[in-house]
Amino acid sequence: MPLTSRRMLMLAPLGIAVAGGAGFYAMLRGLGTGSYDPRGVPSVLVGRAAPPFALPPLEATGLPGFTDAELRDLPAPILVNFWASWCVPCIIEHPQLMRLAREGVAVWGVNYKDKPADAAQFLTRHGNPFQRLGADQPGRVAIDWGVYGVPETYLLDRKGIVRWRWPGPVTPEVLEQDIRPLLRRHA
Amino acid sequence: MRRLATLALLGWASLAPALGVGLPSEMLRDPAQEERARAIGRELRCLVCQNQSIEDSEAELARDLRRIVRERIAAGEDDRAVVDYVHDRYGDFVLLRPPFSAATALLWGMPLLALGGGGLALLLLRRRQRAEQGAWPEPAPLTPEERARLAALEDDAAR
Repeated sequence: MPLTSRRMLMLAPLGIAVAGGAGFYAMLRGLGTGSYDPRGVPSVLVGRAAPPFALPPLEATGLPGFTDAELRDLPAPILVNFWASWCVPCIIEHPQLMRLAREGVAVWGVNYKDKPADAAQFLTRHGNPFQRLGADQPGRVAIDWGVYGVPETYLLDRKGIVRWRWPGPVTPEVLEQDIRPLLRRHA
Repeated sequence: MRRLATLALLGWASLAPALGVGLPSEMLRDPAQEERARAIGRELRCLVCQNQSIEDSEAELARDLRRIVRERIAAGEDDRAVVDYVHDRYGDFVLLRPPFSAATALLWGMPLLALGGGGLALLLLRRRQRAEQGAWPEPAPLTPEERARLAALEDDAAR
């Protein structure tokens, strides 16, 4: 049967409907498996180097601050964690960060919009997983990274390229299913 | 008194969106520049509340982004450069009118899809109606008695 323009006209809406249905199905599947989150803000930093910055140290802790230059050429992949003492999910993820630190993984912290005394007290109380700790009181470095809430965790490879970003607390599942395989892959 | 307070509060609440939540302290002095900043801010999505623009949101991050927009405008950047600055950091998600791409095709195609679906439903409905009309049986011809009765009734009506 030849495809007349009339038939084409009838088939076009059907084609659009099929494409739409496939799109919705993919979205629903993604929602089910967790690979698609309509509220999640995808990071534009993945695949790129960290933006230029220089974070001052957080006095009371005695830990050095850091700059973007220091994130390049490292002996192993590294985690950069944005946190604050006033952030409740940060307490949830803290044991996981402590565990990684004990295993020798480099975790560098960025203390976001916090009072230095509160931040120091948080670390005395819950333990300190950070080798370095920069203070971002104005929150501008966080905006340069595309952070939209604390906690947020980034994994950088040895060359300083961001390979992974996790918004929200690092749960034991995230640690086992995401961070460990990534640390192995980029080791 | 209490009712009056509620009314005043409601009045204020209905006014608030028009005014924006911007405090006078964070507004630009030049009204033209402030107007540009607001127009840009209304196109940028608050990443915390997500269904508000940064101009309408009370979130801390939205306030920071409002401040950045105003700083950049005051520094003489054009609208495009200001939007690009935020877009570079937060991607398409921050734009309340995202560009057309594979990921947003369904979003932009939705009106077409709804229109097509509605049109198709209408077409099918009309087809069924027409089929049902065709399905009515032809009425049987009148019998001689019926014809006589009809004539009598017509005569009655004429008189």
